Amino acid sequence: MTKIKTLADLRKIRDEVQSKIRLRENSDHPEQVVQVKVGMATCGIASGAKETMKYFMDELEQQAIDAVVTQTGCMGYCYAEPTVEITLPGKEPVIFGFVDKEKAEEIIDVYIKRGELIDGVIPLTFRTIDD
Amino acid sequence: MDTVQLTIDNKPVVVKKGITVLEAATSAGVHIPTLCHMKLDDLNIENKPGGCRICVVEVEGRRNLAPACCTEVAEGMVVNSHSIRVINARQTVLELILSDHPADCLICAKSGNCELQDMAHQLGIREIHYKGEQSTYREDTSPAIIRDVDKCIMCRRCEMMCNEVQTVGVLSAINRGFNAVVSPAFEMNLDHSVCTYCGQCVAVCPTGALTEVDQTAHVVRALSDPDKTVIVQTAPAVRAALGEEFGLEPGTLVTGKMVSALRRLGFDYVFDTDFGADLTIMEEGTEMLNRLSRFLEGDESVKLPILTSCCPAWVKFFEHQFPQLKDIPSTARSPQQMFGSIAKTYFAEKMGVERDNLIVVSIMPCVAKKYECGRDEFKVDGNPDVDYAITTRELANLIKLANISFDRLPNEDFDMPLGESTGAAVIFGTTGGVIEAAVRTAYELYTKKPLPKLDFHELRGMDGIRQATIDFAGFPLKIGIAHGLGNARRLLEKIESGESEFHAIEIMSCPGGCIGGGGQPYHHGNAEILKKRQMALYQEDSNKKIRKSHENPFIIQLYEEFLEKPMSEKAHHLLHTKYFDRT
Amino acid sequence: MTDYKIHLLICGGTGCKSSESDEIKKSLKYWIDEANLKEEAQVVLTGCFGFCEKGPIVKVLPDNTFYVEVKPSDAEEIVKEHLLKGRPVQRLLYKDPHTNQQISDSKGMDFYKKQMRIALRNCGFINPESIHEYISRDGYMALGKCLTELTPEETIKEVKDSGLRGRGGGGFPTGLKWEITRNSEADQKYVVCNADEGDPGAFMDRSILEGDPHSVIEAMAICGYCIGADKGLVYIRAEYPLAIERLTTALRHAREYGLLGNDILGTGFNFEIDIRLGAGAFVCGEETALIHSMEGLRGEPTFKPPFPSVAGYLGKPTNVNNVETFANIPVIINKGAAWFSEIGTEKSKGTKVFALAGKINNVGLIEVPMGTTLREVIYDIGGGIKDGKEFKSVQTGGPSGGCLTKDFLDTPIDYDNLLAAGSMMGSGGMIVMDEDDCMVSIAKFYLEFTLEESCGKCSPCRIGNKRLHEILEKITKGYGEEKDIERLKLLSNVIKDTSLCGLGQSSPNPVLSTIANFEDEYLAHVQEQRCPSGQCKALLKYEIIEDLCTGCTLCFRNCPVGAITGERRQPHYIDQSLCIKCGACYEKCKFNAIKLS
Repeated sequence: MTKIKTLADLRKIRDEVQSKIRLRENSDHPEQVVQVKVGMATCGIASGAKETMKYFMDELEQQAIDAVVTQTGCMGYCYAEPTVEITLPGKEPVIFGFVDKEKAEEIIDVYIKRGELIDGVIPLTFRTIDD
Repeated sequence: MDTVQLTIDNKPVVVKKGITVLEAATSAGVHIPTLCHMKLDDLNIENKPGGCRICVVEVEGRRNLAPACCTEVAEGMVVNSHSIRVINARQTVLELILSDHPADCLICAKSGNCELQDMAHQLGIREIHYKGEQSTYREDTSPAIIRDVDKCIMCRRCEMMCNEVQTVGVLSAINRGFNAVVSPAFEMNLDHSVCTYCGQCVAVCPTGALTEVDQTAHVVRALSDPDKTVIVQTAPAVRAALGEEFGLEPGTLVTGKMVSALRRLGFDYVFDTDFGADLTIMEEGTEMLNRLSRFLEGDESVKLPILTSCCPAWVKFFEHQFPQLKDIPSTARSPQQMFGSIAKTYFAEKMGVERDNLIVVSIMPCVAKKYECGRDEFKVDGNPDVDYAITTRELANLIKLANISFDRLPNEDFDMPLGESTGAAVIFGTTGGVIEAAVRTAYELYTKKPLPKLDFHELRGMDGIRQATIDFAGFPLKIGIAHGLGNARRLLEKIESGESEFHAIEIMSCPGGCIGGGGQPYHHGNAEILKKRQMALYQEDSNKKIRKSHENPFIIQLYEEFLEKPMSEKAHHLLHTKYFDRT
Repeated sequence: MTDYKIHLLICGGTGCKSSESDEIKKSLKYWIDEANLKEEAQVVLTGCFGFCEKGPIVKVLPDNTFYVEVKPSDAEEIVKEHLLKGRPVQRLLYKDPHTNQQISDSKGMDFYKKQMRIALRNCGFINPESIHEYISRDGYMALGKCLTELTPEETIKEVKDSGLRGRGGGGFPTGLKWEITRNSEADQKYVVCNADEGDPGAFMDRSILEGDPHSVIEAMAICGYCIGADKGLVYIRAEYPLAIERLTTALRHAREYGLLGNDILGTGFNFEIDIRLGAGAFVCGEETALIHSMEGLRGEPTFKPPFPSVAGYLGKPTNVNNVETFANIPVIINKGAAWFSEIGTEKSKGTKVFALAGKINNVGLIEVPMGTTLREVIYDIGGGIKDGKEFKSVQTGGPSGGCLTKDFLDTPIDYDNLLAAGSMMGSGGMIVMDEDDCMVSIAKFYLEFTLEESCGKCSPCRIGNKRLHEILEKITKGYGEEKDIERLKLLSNVIKDTSLCGLGQSSPNPVLSTIANFEDEYLAHVQEQRCPSGQCKALLKYEIIEDLCTGCTLCFRNCPVGAITGERRQPHYIDQSLCIKCGACYEKCKFNAIKLS
């Protein structure tokens, strides 16, 4: 290990390693960051949800967007798999269908980064028990 | 001088800053009772663990009671030493201590001399409200000291003596809570430890937990045996302390009364260890001069400094702790053993008594002497040169047992020939005395000139380590003195590291030398008593007609008739010894 | 460097480790490999999560799924179901004891809702063996800030302003202690971390050292900078092997990074830390006893003054703080005194970690803001009393604290309130008792502990506690007299008044507080020879109800001492003078014909 010789060195190391636990920091207060939930039931996985999820993870990180990417079970829109639920801080969740790599790119660029809605939003077809 | 003003028992007091409430109270005439605390002024010895909690006092504004022995005075402090809260706490604490004590005062060796007993009396304890389990331990008997730990009150004085003053490190607190007790490591017996039997633990124990092995019964039996010739020798320090056991002022010399008492007890001859001391000077002084002259002639193999070897606890100390230095001390036996050896050869022959029928008893200020006379190298075919060594305290008990009114005894003289001694021998009983006696003789033997003055004040005093340079006709003889084994250790470490420039060093195990020995009447923490005993010995020295060992006529006669000359082959055989590695 | 997308945090505290958390980690790794998730999922052994009741714990991030009582054999299912398919394993989720609902997200658990974790901020969050993870959480930034931006005086002022008080029990203001030590002139000074946690049931210091050792190292260095010491010592009991191991690793990493040693961060400040092992004597938690123990002497206290801050280790000024106190320091420096002093009550700032134990549902380690009430801790966080029993008492402050009744449940917890209530903060042990607990026996139990752990130096503690215990023993055996209660009080007060150190000065607290709060129980024991909770075996009486006894002789045959007599098919009889109250007859009787009174 090389020695940390100055406070600036220490800061540099901190910034380098911070990404390693950013996931943990973010999960501690998910409401403050972008939450991405990928439907990862059998149908989703069969339609390529895993790749979609990986793309989200890599891309969001690449672009340094604080986000929590988690998986969730079947959302019930098997016809539109892979499905992804996006929750922007302080906003209601929005579900997108048929999210492949290109769609994911669009979601990140337009919805997540600019907050503008795009095509492909699945309208809510059910109410939760709480409602 | 910085002072503080405080109030003790409604009385304003101005005292030196930094002293304890206990000291401040004492100066104001308020005698707060203490049990574990002990302070020997001028000797730099103090025990204040703050453990017994007898000396607690109420300090205004303080949540709990304060131990007076450890609490420093502060400006404006208001102390109450006898409020009902204090008295109740003090009595309860003492009751607790007593509830874990055998309370066999009627038959306890310490009865009448016990600080715990006195405290129970002083605090008016009439009932122990909190009775319960008592600690019981195995009694530990060694050649010199008995530990009856059931009577230990954890004052830790012995531990402090053993560790801080003597640096022997045998006694320390072990176990926890109710089972805590002062003991050698792993509760082993003293005789398996590196204990030197210096007896300083016995000297300071407030109760009967530590006492000497009582041999008075053996002495009584020997005295009543018509087939035995029983002779006695008395060490120099005994005469300066024995009187205290009979209510005389500390420092009263009772040489003559002691001799009468011994004669009345039935000893056939009353002799003096001082004779042995004079003989020691002849042998040890000669050895010192031999080493010095070889050193001055350029002999590199000569071992210097020469260390005295009169003190058996000191001998055992270096055998355990510094065996690598065992060829440095003088090979001369101690005065007790020289006396015994001469008594059972020269004197026995002279009187025509068989060795087996001659019993030699010694009266010693010391408990280690009991151990010394039992050492194998001081026996001939199993018969010891000295049969029994009893302490000053044991002698007092014998005198009381024989219904002798000590204060009404006439002064009598020692028997001859082994009762003759010089002033040089008398001062063996105090720190610095042996080396002063040696210098008196060595100077004259070396320079062949009489000493201009006999008193070497530069060698006297109570400092733990002292040094002086004596002009030996142009040669500066460097002398060191240590009393207390911790001080001895410091000098030995300097010798080991080669820093020592001394030519001769006197070492005594007990603080103050033999006057402060473990077999002396209890000083109960009063160092003044030791100083008075020391003064008494210097007094006796200056009263003596002959004050140089080599001028003792019976010593001269002994060499002429029997030993030929100091360090002769016969002298070597009878008066010298060797040391053992005990690690 | 791989940045994992899924983190599985497994509790690696001593408790969970002994429940095979190492095996769980191995197993999870195996199945993650099998599922080809090696690149995405990371398994991290962290410090304690505090929820020891249900350990071992596995927490899956980012979705905060909180699995309890996990076994190594559960790993396969967690990986295949949860990681691969996104379906949390329902049967391993924590169930809310009140609603019986499974809670997936740990943020929804009552146990965590009211907690505020400052000292425990990194426990259960980072891998304690990774200095990187500590640094990523702003680790060593506080030290860097002190060394480059603050003078020692300014740093001390910050600590003073924060209002932080010693978390080891005494509650002495930490900043003030630092200031006194700083003002003691000497050529050498020492920083000592007291990790000799001795209260039965308390394990917060161990958890911090196991879960976040660097926070203590960083704080000690800051303290060294403030007081002018270049040497630190951690006194830790040898019974804490995992904490020692983690601390040793952390020290090594800090040295390798130059965060310990000479010229730290190029500022010219030197600091080194050594570990000193203790043998686990409770009294060595007392700072003078601790110092003597480190010096190789018998671990027993000496009279103060002199305080260690003036004359401590090897006679040099020494600042002794406990682990939890130190763990707060970096946060105070980073976030500021003002932020810290916002938390808590007027005189007790910040948070306090408690070890919840006894008859409570959620046994574990918790951290709450000062001022939280006992009720919130016991009922909300602790989940209430086990088995629906009734609360009787809560004992705070370790073996020498007091037992408080339900009247004190709404007392906001802080140093002064607990003291006023007749107990104390201590190091944060909190033991809950229910209706089945006999308060006389409880007092006796605590005395047994102090009896064992007293060093034996001063008479009142050595002998007095023994006598207190003997009187209590007598009472629980049915030989007590009314005047014994008075005696207990008198003796207790003298012991408190005269003992040398804090151990003896507080050891009678359980006796005094149980007499004060539950005198009726004492009276029942001494007046009626009756134990209201039925705990004192010697006071039990087994009797045969004649009407129900069929004379089957089963009890007769099972009595080990022949105390039961009777003819076949006739009611039997128990000779009370022979009965040893073993309860064998009671257990065996098929007709409920034996009653216990």
